[in-house]
Amino acid sequence: MAQVSLRRVVKAYEGGVQAVKGIDLEIADHEFVVLVGPSGCGKSTTLRMIAGLEEITSGDIAIGGTVVNDIPPRDRDIAMVFQNYALYPHMSVFDNMAFGLTLRKFPKEEIKRRVDNAARILDITPLLDRKPKALSGGQRQRVAMGRAIVRDPKVFLFDEPLSNLDAKLRVQMRTEIKKVHQTVKTTTVYVTHDQVEAMTLADRVVVMNHGVIEQVGPPQELYHRPATRFVAGFIGSPAMNFIPARVENGSGALRLNLPNGIVLPVPEERTSRYAQAAGKEVLFGIRPEHLTEPKNLDRSNIAVFELTPEVIEPMGMETLVHLWLQGAEVCSRIDPTTPAEPGRPMPVAADLNHMHLIDPETGRVL
Amino acid sequence: MSTTTAAAAHPRGIFHKAGSLRAERRWALVTAYISLVIAAIIMLAPPVYMFLTSIKTSAEIADLSGNPWWVRDPTLENYTALIFNPMFRGFFWNSVKVTLLVVALTMAISILAAFALGRMRFWGSQWLATGVFLTYLVPDTLLFIPLYQIVGGLGLLDSTWGLVLVYPTLTVPFCTWIMIGYFASIPKELDEAALIDGANWMQMLTRIFIPVALPGIIAATIFAFTVSWAAFVYPTAFITSPAEMPMTIGVVSQLIRGDTFAWGQLMAGALLAALPPVIVYAFLMDYYIAGLTAGATKG
Repeated sequence: MAQVSLRRVVKAYEGGVQAVKGIDLEIADHEFVVLVGPSGCGKSTTLRMIAGLEEITSGDIAIGGTVVNDIPPRDRDIAMVFQNYALYPHMSVFDNMAFGLTLRKFPKEEIKRRVDNAARILDITPLLDRKPKALSGGQRQRVAMGRAIVRDPKVFLFDEPLSNLDAKLRVQMRTEIKKVHQTVKTTTVYVTHDQVEAMTLADRVVVMNHGVIEQVGPPQELYHRPATRFVAGFIGSPAMNFIPARVENGSGALRLNLPNGIVLPVPEERTSRYAQAAGKEVLFGIRPEHLTEPKNLDRSNIAVFELTPEVIEPMGMETLVHLWLQGAEVCSRIDPTTPAEPGRPMPVAADLNHMHLIDPETGRVL
Repeated sequence: MSTTTAAAAHPRGIFHKAGSLRAERRWALVTAYISLVIAAIIMLAPPVYMFLTSIKTSAEIADLSGNPWWVRDPTLENYTALIFNPMFRGFFWNSVKVTLLVVALTMAISILAAFALGRMRFWGSQWLATGVFLTYLVPDTLLFIPLYQIVGGLGLLDSTWGLVLVYPTLTVPFCTWIMIGYFASIPKELDEAALIDGANWMQMLTRIFIPVALPGIIAATIFAFTVSWAAFVYPTAFITSPAEMPMTIGVVSQLIRGDTFAWGQLMAGALLAALPPVIVYAFLMDYYIAGLTAGATKG
């Protein structure tokens, strides 16, 4: 068990392309940290640098207080779970899990004890004699995790471990991974492009884009207080709506002028925060769940206006309505019992307590 | 509903289409069978004729009357004469010795070379890999002249050991090439998993790559076996005394005396010499094909 520190870590490839542009990150002992971002954002490269599978161009990576820049993977005391499982096809499940311990010359009884224990945690004891090709995708992923667990390493590294599984199994294995972490409590770095996985698993989420860290924080904080437009748009599904707007100053209160002639009052408690934006073009950000059928009208800062639905998507427990607003497509989440019909204007209520204003030039949330 | 109307509206068009598909398939099969039968006749005629000749007496072979594809008095005397001839048995053992040593040597070299070239990714490894393959394109009819100097310089002329030394020039490049292709088809994550599990390069090779690449190794082994068993130019050039001769040249040099051809024994000897590769292929054919086509499609 150990903490992991990244200090100004850079990864540049031949030709000067920088995959990772100097990131700093402190991961505490026992913590579950998820690196999330679109493909090519540098998250996998970062993980592979921690593993020692990629060399670091500059900066330091320390595991448990020791700088590991020049230490080969086998001496870093880490275990890694790969997207395509990377099980040794010619070995039984038992041998796959025991391989790392055998190479490290553990006594036979100790290997057996550890493998049996990991198999019990992962519920794969009946599979120990099978070869990988006789296993389903979910079972293979369990074996890959078992191979990591038996080593009892300082750090677990997961590289998109659920991407090859079907949707249902993915949800199931996600819970499984969380359960395993709660049992073994090993420091974990987990890479995914799926923000739902990131939100559900992480103690802290690291959102990366173009080789830099956009924001680090607990899932709820990222969700409710995104620092940048990228984070605001990346976290949450369906994504946050961004509507071009203009902040107007009118007799001590701020107003937002939206397309279609919609004017929204800025909540009083945010007046000072947005004062500097007065008279400027901004992006008005609001999540679909804060743009609903009119409800809770007795609460403060609920604004109701009319929009015309273009597409209606019933999801069962809720209905997604895609509304037309000049210059932007807007998604709203409404109660499935609310009548909605494409082409017929309907009233929608925006909960402005959850609004965000974004500087379109810097991309920062004001 | 709409399809029925369409079919009713253009019944002839649809029938024509289905009919032409069936006819196309029939034609494809007919042409395939005809060409395969022709190919089989061309390929099999020589060995069948060899076999028929090998079970004829010398008198019958020399007799030009009658159908040469018909055996009047079948006999095994050509075979027994060879099998009980100690010199011929000597040729056989020479072939076995040289082939086994060459196969072992080839596989040891080409597995290590392929692993290094295909997997360890060092500066120039790509060029080196291409270079290895290019050496395979140099024919042995060209190579034996400089090799004669080298083998002679080492004092290994007229010795089976000289053959053990020179055959790998034919086998190693191609086997290395097969193995590079096979190793390349093994996912990168497998070595990374092994690296993290604590394996060094040698352990990765012996514990992971060799077992996983076994079909490719078998294919390469068969190739090396065939090449060294059937080698003709090198032994012709380097071996002169019958005691050191392998089958391929032993049969030819000892059964042709001047202009006297012992046809029956020649054919029997050639068939006996062809037997070991046939047996090996019969058992390992599937591996051979799997190994040669590996890497063609990335699974």
